[in-house]
Amino acid sequence: MKIDAKGMHYRQLNKMIRDAVASGEKEFELDNVGGQRYIGAGMNENVKITINGTPGNDLGAFMNGPRVIVNANAQDGIANTMNAGEIIVHGNVGDIIGYGMRGGKLYIKGDAGYRVGIHMKEYKKQIPVIIAGGTAGDFFGEYMAGGIMILLGMNGKSPLVGDYVGTGMHGGVMYIRGKVDPYHLGKEVCCLELSEEDTKLISGYLKEFCDCFNFEFNEIMKEKFTKLVPLSLRPYGNLYVY
Amino acid sequence: MASQLPAEFNVDVDHEKCRKCKRCVMNCSFSAIEFKDKVIPNNRLCVACHRCATFCPENAITIRENPLDYKDGYNWSPEIRKNILKQAESGGIILIGMGNPKPYPIYWDHMLIDACQVTNPSIDPLREPMELRTYLGAKPESLWFDGENGNISLRTELAPQVKLDIPIVFAAMSYGAISLNAHKALAMAARRMGTLMNTGEGGLHEDLAGYTDRIIVQVASGRFGVTSKYLNNSALVEIKIGQGAKPGIGGHLPGEKVGEDISKTRMIPVGTDALSPAPHHDIYSIEDLSQLIYAIKETTDYKKPVSVKIAAVHNVAAIASGIVRAGADIVMIDGFRGGTGAAPMIIRDHVGIPIELALAAVDDRLRQEGIRNRASILVGGSIRQSADVVKAIALGADACVIGTASLIAMGCRVCQKCYTGNCAWGIATQKPELVRRLNPEIGADRLCNLLSAWGHEIQEVLGSLGINAIESLRGSRERLRGVGLNQETLDILGIKHAGIGQ
Repeated sequence: MKIDAKGMHYRQLNKMIRDAVASGEKEFELDNVGGQRYIGAGMNENVKITINGTPGNDLGAFMNGPRVIVNANAQDGIANTMNAGEIIVHGNVGDIIGYGMRGGKLYIKGDAGYRVGIHMKEYKKQIPVIIAGGTAGDFFGEYMAGGIMILLGMNGKSPLVGDYVGTGMHGGVMYIRGKVDPYHLGKEVCCLELSEEDTKLISGYLKEFCDCFNFEFNEIMKEKFTKLVPLSLRPYGNLYVY
Repeated sequence: MASQLPAEFNVDVDHEKCRKCKRCVMNCSFSAIEFKDKVIPNNRLCVACHRCATFCPENAITIRENPLDYKDGYNWSPEIRKNILKQAESGGIILIGMGNPKPYPIYWDHMLIDACQVTNPSIDPLREPMELRTYLGAKPESLWFDGENGNISLRTELAPQVKLDIPIVFAAMSYGAISLNAHKALAMAARRMGTLMNTGEGGLHEDLAGYTDRIIVQVASGRFGVTSKYLNNSALVEIKIGQGAKPGIGGHLPGEKVGEDISKTRMIPVGTDALSPAPHHDIYSIEDLSQLIYAIKETTDYKKPVSVKIAAVHNVAAIASGIVRAGADIVMIDGFRGGTGAAPMIIRDHVGIPIELALAAVDDRLRQEGIRNRASILVGGSIRQSADVVKAIALGADACVIGTASLIAMGCRVCQKCYTGNCAWGIATQKPELVRRLNPEIGADRLCNLLSAWGHEIQEVLGSLGINAIESLRGSRERLRGVGLNQETLDILGIKHAGIGQ
């Protein structure tokens, strides 16, 4: 189903999509999208949504299944509390993406803003993955409780990542391509070298990422990665007295 | 470091009466009673939960406050001295459970309700209809109808409403803070009484799936267990911004409490800390709040009212106005005496404002701005008795929420040790052998009894006021008078002093 979203209010656009999904539609192409919020929000069905234009905030919030492809930049709050599905952005994204994300994949070709993957968590087989091809801002992975975040810095911009990386982190793992200066790191994380298993793990995701955006896998793997993990699963365990 | 702290309580066992049945030993979940030829208490560990005394068949146990006197000093109270000792020994933030016990003024107890005499008749609630029903949700500014010749239909589109048969809702208490049996009791009682329970921020256990039309599901900063299914299987959705017992700070369920079942409900691995950040990191403004409200409305197809819960703080009226303008259907305000499973004592006892003043200020502000109809107001933060409910509704609330009162109904003795996970009454614990002590059916019966009793009492008061519906009382501050309050307080509450007539 093709929808021309030009000038359409998000409520009308999202209702059209929901109604069509309810009557069995599986594939959507949204043209002239310009800032409409909540596309794919709360959707449980395995549909494919291609967005031509820039979607608004909270793209895929509470989403639980769809595959969303954005052929432009995207804004804030993508994959907010997302449970399952895929979001692929052929551009840059704004702030607070993947907040409380619990499953699914979020692949970004370019840069991400501040507070990426805050309080991302995992549960059994549900392991959320965020990969950004460019750089990211401050508070990358703050409160991170689970999942995998990979930052590639393929556009050569510096610094690769902002300050307070992994502040309050108590689960999950981050892989950053290149070196992270210690002053960028939060108190609760430590840097490790990648094991063979790590390399195997990220290779699977990165090959998929390369297929989405035509990156060269071998080019990505030429550079050494830094692995960041929490120092403790209970960073604030000794703070209290009863 | 050896502790210099004296025991808080003394457990006296009358060995003449004691017939060594050891029931006290089995019942004490704080290991404060041992058996070595006879029952030997360890006073240091006693928290005064009364479990042993309640179950002693011979009435042989007495628990008293340790009469150890400190050198007299109004300024350096024993409590302050004990806290300093505790911190000197540990270096930690003092953690505590339940609501603020400090002797701040309780304004409910300085307000009196009117009654009819001679010139306007009172109503006998035992023999005449008396309506306690109310509806939560945004109300329209006006109603428009289509049709003619008696064939009339409503043209105005109504916002989703949730019916309450009694204007008392169970407060948000998470599965994690309290046990599954406590959650079950609350859900059963909510169903039977036509009211609601609230999941708190710990997700919804699958055993409660049959009660979803009676359940408020909460979305807090940790987003534990929040999925599109969770949001849709609910009576309404509540965004938790703050809590009266700990305004401005987050939550922290220690990893020890995250067992298999909690892990499944919160959707986090077993044994990890469940940290709720202080703010929602996607909400730094009223506009951001609006964004989350509408994300939830889109996810629930505009079929569920969305509530926003905040702690009562200094600027609560302006914040509430922003919340209503952001699109919330319900504003829930939690006063500074509200309960908690665990909070730093400094926050619980010193931050926030009383619910009575916050409620009056919010209701005033929304009326002045002409937006009071756009949201229902729910208030909590130490609603202790039906009189508090009546006074709150007269001040402008749509309904009240009760947390601590509902726990007391189920057996809680307010010993304030919720955070230890050792609750002897099976309420604030996840230990299977303790949880088993709370029978959900009996818990539900006790909760229903409490609500029925309060319902009857509210009807009695309405009858004496000469009105026959709780909705006729809402915001009727003329029916309240203050006693012993200064002019400024009276002005904030919008009531006259007792002795002043019409």
